[in-house]
Amino acid sequence: MSNSKPVLNSSLGRKLIMSLTGIFLCLFLIVHLIGNLQLFKNDAGYAFNQYAYFMTHFTPIKVVSYLLYASIILHAIYALVLTMKNKAARPIGYAQFNGAANSKWNSRNMGILGTIILVFLATHMYNFWWKYHNDQVPYVEYRTDLATGETAVQEIQATEFNDYQVTVENNVEIIKARDLYKQVDFAFQNIGIVIFYVLAMAALSFHLIHGFKSAFQTLGVSHKKYVPIIEFLGVWVFGIIIPIGFALMPLYFYFVK
Amino acid sequence: MAQHMNLTLKVWRQKNDKTKGKFVTIQAKDIADDMSFLEMLDVVNEDLTRKGEDPIYFDHDCREGICGMCSLVINGRPHGPKYGITTCQLHMRSFHDGQTIVIEPWRAAAFPVLKDLAVDRTSFDRIQQAGGYVNVNTGGVPDANTIPIPKRIADEAFESATCIGCGACVAACKNASAMLFVSAKISQFALLPQGQTERYERAQAMIDQMDAEGFGNCTNTGACEAECPKGIKLSNIARMNREYFGAKFFREEDVHTHS
Repeated sequence: MSNSKPVLNSSLGRKLIMSLTGIFLCLFLIVHLIGNLQLFKNDAGYAFNQYAYFMTHFTPIKVVSYLLYASIILHAIYALVLTMKNKAARPIGYAQFNGAANSKWNSRNMGILGTIILVFLATHMYNFWWKYHNDQVPYVEYRTDLATGETAVQEIQATEFNDYQVTVENNVEIIKARDLYKQVDFAFQNIGIVIFYVLAMAALSFHLIHGFKSAFQTLGVSHKKYVPIIEFLGVWVFGIIIPIGFALMPLYFYFVK
Repeated sequence: MAQHMNLTLKVWRQKNDKTKGKFVTIQAKDIADDMSFLEMLDVVNEDLTRKGEDPIYFDHDCREGICGMCSLVINGRPHGPKYGITTCQLHMRSFHDGQTIVIEPWRAAAFPVLKDLAVDRTSFDRIQQAGGYVNVNTGGVPDANTIPIPKRIADEAFESATCIGCGACVAACKNASAMLFVSAKISQFALLPQGQTERYERAQAMIDQMDAEGFGNCTNTGACEAECPKGIKLSNIARMNREYFGAKFFREEDVHTHS
């Protein structure tokens, strides 16, 4: 009946895409951080490498991961489209513009912060995702004596097995897997990567302090009780705990391991 | 006694929307600190007229902060360095002797410069005409208070209705977005029973028109709210989004737009 413009061709529709993909990416960060906390376990990657195999081979997780890649791409493309439209909405800029008097720095520079995060994501995906999927990480074997619970670790050759294997021989559990943990350890011995990761997490922090609450404003949430909760989560969970949690990983491998 | 001051003005001069503009430096001499900013420009213009030069063209009308006509981005801020006032309510005591003041028009593709500092804000009128109205039956005058409206709702609708359509929200927004204005105009009716008849087509029609005028997209920086002379709140934008998505996703059959 309506002959008004389709939602996704409208300004609010495009903002809705930004909001929904943004919130989905925020939810992913929670899972990603909790899973990666296994990097802090001092078990030579025993838990982490099994987790990495599970996350890349369990079908429901794979479906979600494709949704995730689509969200990242959509979020970036819509950001670009909206930014170009916003630039076109003010063809002649101000000679003097005092933005600091009326808004926060990070809210005005979401595009720059987002670009830093996108470059980081490309680096991050190459370092771990691409190398993991293209046989560029070492292989490892864990032999756990089921009687004593002691685990022996050794690097093995790729030709001996295919991808991932769990067997029990003579009361000894043998797990062969790709050693993503080793790859993490290797990457984070590079001070350049460590610095870049920490700076990217700072950008993520500023991006999410504005982005998380902004996403809910776009969805139309304005509530006396819930908005302060959203703002609290945006600052403390997404702006502080999550970026610091991630930043600690390269720092841990560089300074502690 | 009023203090007097001399100022250097860097004023945007532009013949019309077809020509390119530029900044022109003009000295404002012997300005009393109890003048309003517009009175200061009046003094400068008298001086320019006496010298046979073209006076600075700027918008103004009521000069008491209720009409929304005066504009000007002064030293990088719409309506100047104070909060919650229009340019006519800004006094020269907010500046000091010897100061340089940069004066620019509202900058937005949807607000083309007519001349110097005056911009064409009829895009706001067209958004309002697209859906910012209520249909009222003719006939006898209804009794007052026959439609019960909770005080809280009435107050909120009233606060939204205090928008004077000056365009400071667009001027302050880094994206030149008009969403604070449009959301205030949608809210003042969406909240009240009298506004329900056109409720869902209103949100769609006004947002379609806003997009067609070439305003930018809100990124929730809050600059509009901070610079609004009437304190229109960002919660209006959240309400506008609810109205629009509600219409689009849940009320499509109920909506009959005229355009």
